[in-house]
Amino acid sequence: MKIHEYQAKQIFARYGVPVPKGELALTVAEVGPIAERLIAETKIPVTVVKAQIHAGGRGKGGGVKVAKGGAAGATALAQEILGMQLVTKQTGPAGQKVRRLYIEQGLDIARELYLALLVDRDARRIAIIASTEGGMDIEEVAHSAPEKIITIHIDPVLGLAGYQARKLAYALGVGGKETMKAFTKAVDALYRCFLAEDCSMLEINPLVVTKTNEIVALDAKVTFDDNAEFRHPEWEALRDIEEEDPVELEAKRAGLSYVSLDGDIGCLVNGAGLAMGTMDIIQHYGGSPANFLDVGGGATQEQVTKAFRMILSSPKVKGIFVNIFGGIMRCDIVAAGVVAATKELGLKVPLVVRLEGTNVEQGKKILNESGLAIQAAGSMGEGAQMIVAAVRGKAA
Amino acid sequence: MSILVNKDTRVVFQGITGESGALHARACIAYGTNVVAGVTPGRGGQMFDSTVPIYDTVEDAVKKAGADTSCIFVPPPGAADAIVEAVDAGCKLVICITEGIPVLDMVKVRRYLEGKSARLVGPNCPGVITPGECKIGIMPGAIHLKGHIGVLSKSGTLTYEAVGQLTAMGIGQSSCVGIGGDPVAGLDFIDVLELFNNDPDTHGVIMIGEIGGGAEQKAAAWIKANMKKPVAALIAGRAAPEGKRMGHAGAIISGGKGTAAEKIEALEAAGIKVAPTPAAMAETLKSLMG
Repeated sequence: MKIHEYQAKQIFARYGVPVPKGELALTVAEVGPIAERLIAETKIPVTVVKAQIHAGGRGKGGGVKVAKGGAAGATALAQEILGMQLVTKQTGPAGQKVRRLYIEQGLDIARELYLALLVDRDARRIAIIASTEGGMDIEEVAHSAPEKIITIHIDPVLGLAGYQARKLAYALGVGGKETMKAFTKAVDALYRCFLAEDCSMLEINPLVVTKTNEIVALDAKVTFDDNAEFRHPEWEALRDIEEEDPVELEAKRAGLSYVSLDGDIGCLVNGAGLAMGTMDIIQHYGGSPANFLDVGGGATQEQVTKAFRMILSSPKVKGIFVNIFGGIMRCDIVAAGVVAATKELGLKVPLVVRLEGTNVEQGKKILNESGLAIQAAGSMGEGAQMIVAAVRGKAA
Repeated sequence: MSILVNKDTRVVFQGITGESGALHARACIAYGTNVVAGVTPGRGGQMFDSTVPIYDTVEDAVKKAGADTSCIFVPPPGAADAIVEAVDAGCKLVICITEGIPVLDMVKVRRYLEGKSARLVGPNCPGVITPGECKIGIMPGAIHLKGHIGVLSKSGTLTYEAVGQLTAMGIGQSSCVGIGGDPVAGLDFIDVLELFNNDPDTHGVIMIGEIGGGAEQKAAAWIKANMKKPVAALIAGRAAPEGKRMGHAGAIISGGKGTAAEKIEALEAAGIKVAPTPAAMAETLKSLMG
């Protein structure tokens, strides 16, 4: 689960990580007074207007701008940014509508660093990744100048060792007495935050050194580990559903795993691996999947009905492929769910069903007796070819 | 022979009185697995289905019922603790089926396992089966056939798909191991490949990977240097977009890393044949067998 920059900074502040002063604005009218307050409090005439969307690359897309003309300047920029369709390399070509602004104090920046914490799956440890090349695309730095990236791994028993924080500080050139102390304190706080908040990723780009030698998190990107949601009831309040795909959200609430894709063949599959494999094989035969949908192992008939209803009601779907290899999942439950949803909403597109595994005969019987125009496939390969042919035939 | 489990394996089910624990314990017993105990704290002294004694702790199950392998169905909040309990009780193999364990819990568990001889399979996996001898997990037993092909996979249903294809061609399996789709887990591809390599009864291997991380690329290098038996591979997620988690917690392409193309390239560069589609896994392996 992703959260906004301003929410991440509020969390950082609780752990003692220095962040700039700032306030959230949902309307342009709020921006002027906020900017005035910030300027009065900080004695710095500059403010920054920042679009709050979940995707990265906001600066390059025109979603982060520095206001030099006091409150009026900030208001003018807010006018420009709030409501815009912000396109970044992470949003896709359609972009994401800006509904929230974060107004922040300006800072006198001496240096920009990069710092991130994440779970390194190969090392099976939390890793801290740092670089002197702050403000840049870190993937580009990793590619063009890998020697400028420092990585340390943290032993979960020992925690962050003092020498490790110092090692990072020296490597980043913040080894002076004052900055060293501020830096190691901030890194220690971030590690505690990562653990306690169940983060899967925490990125600060840039972490800045000000001209007065303070260390400040100028940006903040935090992703939580979805698996830990059960021990974080407070996450619900941080969730911004407007940033999420409505269909994916509906699926999640129904206990289904769903990802929207750009194609036109809807898929209903059990198991994440088989669901990915089904997308792959559709693509292999020249089709294009409209979604990833894993109904899981223990789905009820109601969940299958709900899942199939979601596919049926999607206007982009020109054909449907149900691919089930029943293990825990029983084929008769899938068949009953498919029939129930289809009887309710009608079937206007070709439907190919491949059933295999537990209770396959009962499943096939339910489909046969439903009177629906279902094409039965004997294997995954055959089913994929049938649905691609049916959709292409219809399109031509 | 086989790997990890056989007819002599003595299994304790942790979470045997839960809904899925009970369902799958019954299916494993029906398959012929020697389920010697169940564990549910607070239910010690009772019997499961009048045949399997229930204990309060895994230690009791090991000491009193002689369990040597644990199968875990404990829900996510208590699952990491259940793994540690099984290891401490002396289980030499711990198979964790539970899906949805927080990754930081697994980071601690992995650290705890360092230097210990116990092996962990999973979490978020279908389990391990040696056809005709022992099934520990949630896979449908009936699709398997005793034989000489090892199957290892991050995905449950794609394992069934591979096994179904093999069995339909009359090709049996020595053992099938689901290592799970979580970013931090127990045995990885290389650990299991090594076991298959040393198992005289395994003559070839199907390895099923997916997008995310670098385990498949590492396995490719290991196979090239060490593997004495033919390996056919599949990578799921060729059609997956970047930045979206595809069901499994670990199945995500991030920062352009962990793509199917990158993995397939590494496998092919190591001389491993990659199935063009998930429907062609058995066929691809068959083409490699003499």
